[in-house]
Amino acid sequence: MADVVDVVGSGGFDCHLMSGCGFPAPGTEIFEFAPLVEFSLFGITFGINKPVILIILVSAFIIFIFTVAFAKPRLVPGKWQSMGELSYLFVRDQISRETIGKAGDKYMAFLFSLFFFVFFLNFMGIFPGAQFAPTALFVYPVALAMMVWLVYMFIGMRNQGPLKFFTNMMFPPGVPKAVLVILAPIEFLSNVLVRPFTLAVRLMANMFAGHLLITVFIVATIYLFSPSVIGMLGSVASGIMTLIMTGFEFMIEALQAYIFTLLTASYIAGSLSNEH
Amino acid sequence: MTDLIASGAESSEFNVLAVPIGELIIGTVAFLIVFFVLGKLLLPKISKALEDREQAIEGGLKKAEEAEAESARLAAQNQDEIAKAREEAAGIRAAAQAERADIIEKARSEAQAAAAAVTASAQAQIEQEKNKAGSDLQRNVGAIATDLAGRIVGEVLTDNATAQGVVDRFISELEAASGSNGKA
Repeated sequence: MADVVDVVGSGGFDCHLMSGCGFPAPGTEIFEFAPLVEFSLFGITFGINKPVILIILVSAFIIFIFTVAFAKPRLVPGKWQSMGELSYLFVRDQISRETIGKAGDKYMAFLFSLFFFVFFLNFMGIFPGAQFAPTALFVYPVALAMMVWLVYMFIGMRNQGPLKFFTNMMFPPGVPKAVLVILAPIEFLSNVLVRPFTLAVRLMANMFAGHLLITVFIVATIYLFSPSVIGMLGSVASGIMTLIMTGFEFMIEALQAYIFTLLTASYIAGSLSNEH
Repeated sequence: MTDLIASGAESSEFNVLAVPIGELIIGTVAFLIVFFVLGKLLLPKISKALEDREQAIEGGLKKAEEAEAESARLAAQNQDEIAKAREEAAGIRAAAQAERADIIEKARSEAQAAAAAVTASAQAQIEQEKNKAGSDLQRNVGAIATDLAGRIVGEVLTDNATAQGVVDRFISELEAASGSNGKA
């Protein structure tokens, strides 16, 4: 387990420029969290650590705010319902209908949950007190990507037939036979194996990089805080950069949630139509 | 922990792409709970609310259109009624004018008739008076002539002047008599 405090503390808070202490660069250890509680169930070890707690809190929070917003809908919406409707309409009109069309309304529950689950988990990356996005750990994007994979594979096989789904995918019409020899395996790989992998990696890598970057600037701010002109300038610059990067992170977090959901919607759209 | 970081032992152990099965299950279950609560309980409500609102707005628009048509129809009806009333008023006015002309005409003819009657009766009376005067004169002319002759003879014809005086007096007496006669 390692927090920013631990990283800085590794050299001690006394570790500053010109004090004969090297820059305690943060590494992958800032993504490792020791379990507070650990228990075994059916031979599987469940460690309740900070990311798990964040996931539980975020899930509860999502359910809570949308219950407040949607539990008793009125014709003339209140403040919370208005915001909830705005978010619903955003997912419906900007993601679902944009890529799938009206048929996408059937998958709204999945897309809506996905968007806000990813968004709020990402947002934990800059949320004071949490300061860590669980989506920066590969396992959580993988869990979501697996679900997305199951959903679009299932929809594809149900809509186009179990075998037709794969042949439609691998042998697009109007392609010369010679090209098909190369294209068919590529299409299969890209649709069945690469898609979920890139979906998970894209999200994880963005959150991972963001967390690392902000940590580096925070550590640098503290490290450079020393009685020297260069040190002070560097410290202030790093501090400002931390703030800028935090704002930038917020944008990335929202964008990644949007991209994750948008790609899911486009995969579903591909499974619905036989054309691809 | 801090010494581990310094030695780099922990970071070499930690695999960034590790997928611990326990956390995979926790993440999946957490998402599924969110998905089912939102999908089964909350989103149907909100999509229904949105639909209801759309319908309410559409219904409202329809109602407004109907009301507009109704008001247009009423306005046309009012226009019709006003035109009708105007026509009626014009008719009444024309009738009244005709009646007035009638009344005036009637009054005038009545007045003329009355005037004619008055004139006729007056003329008849005058004629009658005239005739009466004529017959009176005829009846009395002998006696008057005798009277006159008697007076002339009685007065002795001394001179012409006296005779002339007698004649004049006589005539004036006659006039006075006929005047009193005419009055009667």
